[in-house]
Amino acid sequence: MAKLSIKDLEEIRNKVKKTAMLREGISNAKITVHMGTCGIAAGARTIMNTVIKIVEESKRDDIIVTTSGCAGFCSKEPMATIELKGEAPVKYSDLTEDKIRRIFDEHVLKGKIVKDYALVIGSEREL
Amino acid sequence: MEYRTHLMVCTGTACVSCGAFDVKKTLEAEIKKQGLDKEVLVVGTGCQGFCAQGPIVVVQPDDIFYQLMQIEDIPFLVEEHFLKGRPVKKMMYTPPGEKTEIPTMSEIGFFNKQRLIALRNKGLIDAEKIDDYIGRDGYKAFIKALTEMTPDEIVQEIKDSGLRGRGGGGFPTGLKWEICKKQKGEKKYIICNADEGDPGAYMDRSIIESDPHAVIEGMLIGAMAIGANEGVVYLRTEYPLAITRLETAIEQAKEYGLLGEDIMEQGFEFNLRIKQGAGAFVCGEETALIASIEGKRGMPNKRPPFPAESGLWGLPTNINNVETWANIPWIISNGSERYAEIGTEKSKGTKVFSLVGKINNTGLVEVPMGITLKEIIFDIGGGVPDGKKFKAVQMGGPSGGCIPAELEDTIIDYDSVNATGAIMGSGGMVVMDETTCMVDVAKYFLNFTQEESCGKCTFCRVGTKRMLEILQRICDGNGEEGDIEKLEELAAQIKDSSLCGLGQTAPNPVLTTLKYFRHEYEAHIYDKKCPAKACKPLLTFGINDQCIGCTACARVCPPKAISGERKEKHVIDQDKCIKCGACLDTCKFKAIDVN
Repeated sequence: MAKLSIKDLEEIRNKVKKTAMLREGISNAKITVHMGTCGIAAGARTIMNTVIKIVEESKRDDIIVTTSGCAGFCSKEPMATIELKGEAPVKYSDLTEDKIRRIFDEHVLKGKIVKDYALVIGSEREL
Repeated sequence: MEYRTHLMVCTGTACVSCGAFDVKKTLEAEIKKQGLDKEVLVVGTGCQGFCAQGPIVVVQPDDIFYQLMQIEDIPFLVEEHFLKGRPVKKMMYTPPGEKTEIPTMSEIGFFNKQRLIALRNKGLIDAEKIDDYIGRDGYKAFIKALTEMTPDEIVQEIKDSGLRGRGGGGFPTGLKWEICKKQKGEKKYIICNADEGDPGAYMDRSIIESDPHAVIEGMLIGAMAIGANEGVVYLRTEYPLAITRLETAIEQAKEYGLLGEDIMEQGFEFNLRIKQGAGAFVCGEETALIASIEGKRGMPNKRPPFPAESGLWGLPTNINNVETWANIPWIISNGSERYAEIGTEKSKGTKVFSLVGKINNTGLVEVPMGITLKEIIFDIGGGVPDGKKFKAVQMGGPSGGCIPAELEDTIIDYDSVNATGAIMGSGGMVVMDETTCMVDVAKYFLNFTQEESCGKCTFCRVGTKRMLEILQRICDGNGEEGDIEKLEELAAQIKDSSLCGLGQTAPNPVLTTLKYFRHEYEAHIYDKKCPAKACKPLLTFGINDQCIGCTACARVCPPKAISGERKEKHVIDQDKCIKCGACLDTCKFKAIDVN
């Protein structure tokens, strides 16, 4: 490998910054795909793959993708929860690839909740 | 594709010794089996610090902390958490005496009271990947120093920060740099002292294992400030993992043009190499360390001249310890003012300690100066196990001393710790409970320095031997009147007549235990008793009326010293008893008395 200049070093930094932020849990948006047995059966895996792909395409480095278990509303799977920094989480149900793409474009990127697919705003209180 | 989850597997020496590499391999295999290998990344990191609970895996960005990982639990964990998104409770940490698991790392008391500067990247980067370090703003401080600061400004910044040498002496780092910088001469050297030798101390090893580039960057900045273009890391051979990681880091830095000639096209040259030390304790002393690098026998020389004037190959040399170097990039990046905000009036910043001995949370911690001993031992360390009483803490290794429980409110800074008779040292903290005999502890440390004395000075060579003989006699029950006074006299002479720090401080463990626990010495000598019931020759085993005659003790007694009929009280033949304690361990009725 050729020796680097100060500029090259800065480029490496920007490239790996996302990894560093992810490990520190720094984010402005969190997308949780519910991956219980019911969710997986209903196609949550496809949703997950799509989410990972579109997050990458967006080149945003402050979005965290994670999974959680069954959300308790198995007939409405696949489901995902979008949580923007400082706002209440929103649960979306009966997802398809197209739906999650629209949710990502409008809600995650522009901050506008997609009311057509939203199931509930806020989350159950934790005991 | 980007990874959504990172599994930070601790691969510091402590976790590796309980199977962390196998855990990592199994995790990778299971993740592949579940088809998650494009989403979930397994990363080997340096020491996370919580060594008592190893092997450790932290799941990011969720901050879930898994501990005491067993290979057979991994398939279940991967399916439950990483496929189905359900964190597994039974592998989480439960504090001693509590019933509920704590899921996230930031909620665990051991972690959230710490303040990380030297260990700022612990558990967050793969120590063998330079890009990981760069991503966490690595080498940014060096670029700042290289392009925006003059050597004088760098030295001033370090002086203003109030950073003092973390190897134990506590000499102001900025001042040390300034003295070396002012020396005339074309060629100067800088050295990183990684000859960590105190029993129970492993701060420096962990820093190198988890973040080797922090040390390299600190040395680059120091080299610029002082005007040195050659550096040596003196690292002990018995730290193989640290050596490998540092070698890798140096190679990567060379490839990137961060070491070598014309660094970053700015005309600055700096070369760094590792010198492996053979593990002699005395080589942690500056002049002995230099002699060892030069290929001579590791023996101290008289100072002055100090290494700053005439060090390696007779040229001006600046030596700092690993932790000191690791602090430098943070200070340059964040400014001396922010560093000086942390700590007490005369001791700034943070200090890394390795917390070992009779303590629940054995591990590596970094705390702000000014915190009390009590906070470290109880809030972070989780107190003493098995409901026993905290008795003392040994600080500073063989050169330090024991601080008794009644001084637990002592704050951590150089001057307060020195006032107790102990020293800050490099950061070893050995916690002792009521079953630790203080004479025995003093004997242990003196045995260490006695073996490690290089033999140059008579008082250190012979004096420590004589002191050790007296201590051995006291522990064997053959202590005589006047022994304490003899110990004190020898101690004073060894301190006065030794050339280097090893001899000058060797009597400290004896002197501090005499200061705070004189009654234990007296009990050994005059009453032939060991109050902590640790010195076996001074114990007598007996059987009390609780005995129901179950014969269990008689059956396990190796010399068959216990006799008695079934269902009747047994007796121990004192002439036959070898004081092994097997009866005590076996008896279920608290019928064995130890006096």
